[in-house]
Amino acid sequence: MSTIAQKKGFGGTIWDFLTTVDHKKIAILYLIAGGFFFVVGGLEAVFIRVQLAVPNNDFVSAGAFNQIITMHGTTMIFLAAMPLLFAFMNAVMPLQIGARDVAFPFVNALGFWLFFFGGIFLNLSWFLGGAPDAGWTSYASLAIHSKGHGVDFYVLGLQIAGLGTLIGGINFLVTIINMRAPGMTYMRMPLFTWSTFVASAMILFAFPPLTVGLTLMMFDRLFGANFFEVAMGGNTVIWEHLFWIFGHPEVYILILPAFGIFSEIFAIFSRKRLFGYSSMVFATVLIGFLGFMVWAHHMFTTGLGPVANAIFAVATMAIGVPTGIKIFNWLFTMWGGSVKFTTPMYYAFGFIPSFVCGGVTGIMVATAAADYQYHDTYFVVAHFHYVIVGGVVLAILAATHLWWPKMFGTMLNETLGKITFWFFFIGFHLTFFIQHFLGLWGMPRRVFTYLPGQGFDFSNLISSVGAAFMSIGVLVLLYNIIMTSVKNVKVGNDPWGDGRTLEWSIPSPPPFYNFKQLPLVRGLDAFWLEKMAGKKGMTPAEPLGDIHMPNASFIPFMISLGLFIAAFGAMYHKNHAWGLPVIILGLLVTFGSMFLRSVKDDHGFHIHKEDLVEDNEKGAKA
Amino acid sequence: MKRLAKWRLLPLFAILALVLSGCRGENFVSALRPAGEVADMQFGLMKLSTYVMIGVILVVMIIFVIIFFRFRRRDDKDETIPKQVEGSHTLEIIWTAIPILLLLILAVPTVSATFRLADVSPMDKKNSDALVINVRSHLYWWDFEYPDQKLVTSQELVVPTNERVYFNLKSLDVKHSFWIPAAGGKLDTNTDNINKFWLEFDDKRSNEAGNLFYGKCAELCGPSHALMDFKVKAISRDKFDAWVTAMQDIKEPQKAQSDLAVQGQDIFNKSCIGCHAVTPENKMPETARMAPNLTNFGDRARIAGILDHNKEKLKQWISNPETYKPGNEMTGKYGELSDQELDAVAEYLMGLKVQE
Repeated sequence: MSTIAQKKGFGGTIWDFLTTVDHKKIAILYLIAGGFFFVVGGLEAVFIRVQLAVPNNDFVSAGAFNQIITMHGTTMIFLAAMPLLFAFMNAVMPLQIGARDVAFPFVNALGFWLFFFGGIFLNLSWFLGGAPDAGWTSYASLAIHSKGHGVDFYVLGLQIAGLGTLIGGINFLVTIINMRAPGMTYMRMPLFTWSTFVASAMILFAFPPLTVGLTLMMFDRLFGANFFEVAMGGNTVIWEHLFWIFGHPEVYILILPAFGIFSEIFAIFSRKRLFGYSSMVFATVLIGFLGFMVWAHHMFTTGLGPVANAIFAVATMAIGVPTGIKIFNWLFTMWGGSVKFTTPMYYAFGFIPSFVCGGVTGIMVATAAADYQYHDTYFVVAHFHYVIVGGVVLAILAATHLWWPKMFGTMLNETLGKITFWFFFIGFHLTFFIQHFLGLWGMPRRVFTYLPGQGFDFSNLISSVGAAFMSIGVLVLLYNIIMTSVKNVKVGNDPWGDGRTLEWSIPSPPPFYNFKQLPLVRGLDAFWLEKMAGKKGMTPAEPLGDIHMPNASFIPFMISLGLFIAAFGAMYHKNHAWGLPVIILGLLVTFGSMFLRSVKDDHGFHIHKEDLVEDNEKGAKA
Repeated sequence: MKRLAKWRLLPLFAILALVLSGCRGENFVSALRPAGEVADMQFGLMKLSTYVMIGVILVVMIIFVIIFFRFRRRDDKDETIPKQVEGSHTLEIIWTAIPILLLLILAVPTVSATFRLADVSPMDKKNSDALVINVRSHLYWWDFEYPDQKLVTSQELVVPTNERVYFNLKSLDVKHSFWIPAAGGKLDTNTDNINKFWLEFDDKRSNEAGNLFYGKCAELCGPSHALMDFKVKAISRDKFDAWVTAMQDIKEPQKAQSDLAVQGQDIFNKSCIGCHAVTPENKMPETARMAPNLTNFGDRARIAGILDHNKEKLKQWISNPETYKPGNEMTGKYGELSDQELDAVAEYLMGLKVQE
């Protein structure tokens, strides 16, 4: 185990990934799984736009359409955007703070497999009688009313996946608190690490309410409880609160890491340190805090009354201030800089106007009295796609290009990257800009069709054409990834030439122990400081010594698999006698695996000093 | 690249021109064509927030464009290192303070409007002559009860213009949302509680819109959520009073006129009357009103809220409602009708008119 150069067959590689606890490999797993679900969710989006391209269309049926929109939303949020961000957090954050891995590598793997099995479970609904159809918000009265097992897949799948996200978040928190390299104080952390930190803290507080809601609904649907059954004294508005107490922080959990990614990109490609670093950190924390204070703005039309609506309206507007601070800090990072327009920079540059549009419509929907008009119309659809696609997805695409060399050791093609950008960017605005107006003209959201003669026809067609552009963009990206992987031209430590943070100071991809010697951090943009001082690499903070590493383990996979099995039992136990035994079997697998983990002493292994020296020489040769 | 940037601005201007030239949607369904006090108030807020926000966008875009032209790295070989600026307190104070001011400008009218829109105090006053309508939403249809007038109608709301109309909203199955875009924002019909609000329809603008506004369900409620439309007939107070009287005059189910219609009424009385009432009085509790009241069916503008109002469409609807509203509660509640029977029922229903 002491050298990484062991030759492996295909089966060996698969086994390696099934058992890995290395944050870099888990990042790749998140990237692949998240990318897969992104394509699935994208296909669902294409179906939506084909159906809505012309009035009275019958490309998909009404029932199927509701399943598609539900799965599009659920997939994109929980199974694509979150895991893709987790991929970059996993790949980069430990490197940025100068750590050899996350605090709990085993738990990290467990988090991934829980997410993975939850996502697979959710998507199997397509083949097992129909997907959930109550919207990604799954409001209780409709969710309880929904026939078949669709919503059961939703409540069970999301509980499993959510558990994975929660422990992933906790892991990142502990890592950032405890594993920073010598000299890496909080106020020297790169902004992507900061945003990972705040987003993880938000996960810690936001996911439990969701789990509570999902559990209550699970008991209602599968075990005869009546939490949301009004006739039995239940209350459905409680679900809305629980969902949005999670749901609103969730969008900041998505957007903050996106802000982090762009902060890195603006600094790198402007060759300038981030303008107003401390106010950026402050704004990030403030957004994270305020993010928990505004959930009821999703419920302005629920009838909470003018006092609640007014308070939540003003609180929501307040978030505009720290967000505005960020926009101007980014602009002034570029101001006076030497801005190089690489592919990541294209995305970052395109992000500014897109996100500002999404931000200002956010303020518009925050004005409660006017939101009675916007709410649940295409205006809101346009708004949140402007922030989520214009913010989060652009960030994910930018990060893919930015950190691809760090993750895989080879650069994505820049020309193809820019082609992807133009298709995606133009397609994005074409699809969603006009939807603001559709909403104002009276088109509600989540409609499977619309009648002609209401002035919606032409604009919907434009919107659908835009979706085609975005699809082409994604296809070009996939082609780019395949071609790049085939060619596999290796790059050095700092392929962009202007890297500022610690990840650029080590090889691409990094060795499995990351840092041979932990680096000494002397300030913000640690690697940049050393470069400016005329040095090639970081000054080590410790003498060369043995490195303690964790062993690979198959147990995370088994723990997650057990819950996956138990979920099937829970879902079918009402109709089939085998349900209960399957629940028990699944839980036995899970708890048995946990028991095994508890009793088995696994001390990991050491990489010896001599082997590290050897690696060094090999590295020099290559 | 410079040419490209100019070209990118073109579609933006095109869209802007389109908007400014009055592309504001249709006046019977668009929130941008307000037809009453509430919609006006909301449209005013929309305009105010849009102006403020366009201002913000302009400032950002000016800086953005300057950066694009002034600070691009023109030569890839360029090795110069720009000055590493830490930040600027003055600038940061400016772009913290100005947004706070802008938000205050927006927050004050928002809060004020929110409270004004929630003022339903005349509803609770004794002997108030305010018109109150109880809206009950069902899977894909709307029930409208006028408690003071003691009458019920469905699918087509009739309201007087130039006065505030107050609504009690509740759903009897899953959550829906009651929305008449041209008249004002929506309010959910919860399953748990009654929500109250008011709307007002301006007489002049109602006339311009043909006195018929489109109403919609705005909350996902199942397969036919998209088809849960209703219509709002906004007429002057005199005409409204006449309508109320005409409705109240119907104490017994109307007698069919022609032979065909008589046959249709017989079929209706066997197959349909269990769910559909044809008298407007509201003796039954709201939960017992299983299907739309059809007292004035012949006067309505649409069948089932969506289909053109003619006999042919009505026959198609009755013969297979599932095709037109998937997941509705009507399908399968009655036996199959022959073409002749359909013809008869349709003839009968189209004759159910209370006004000439």
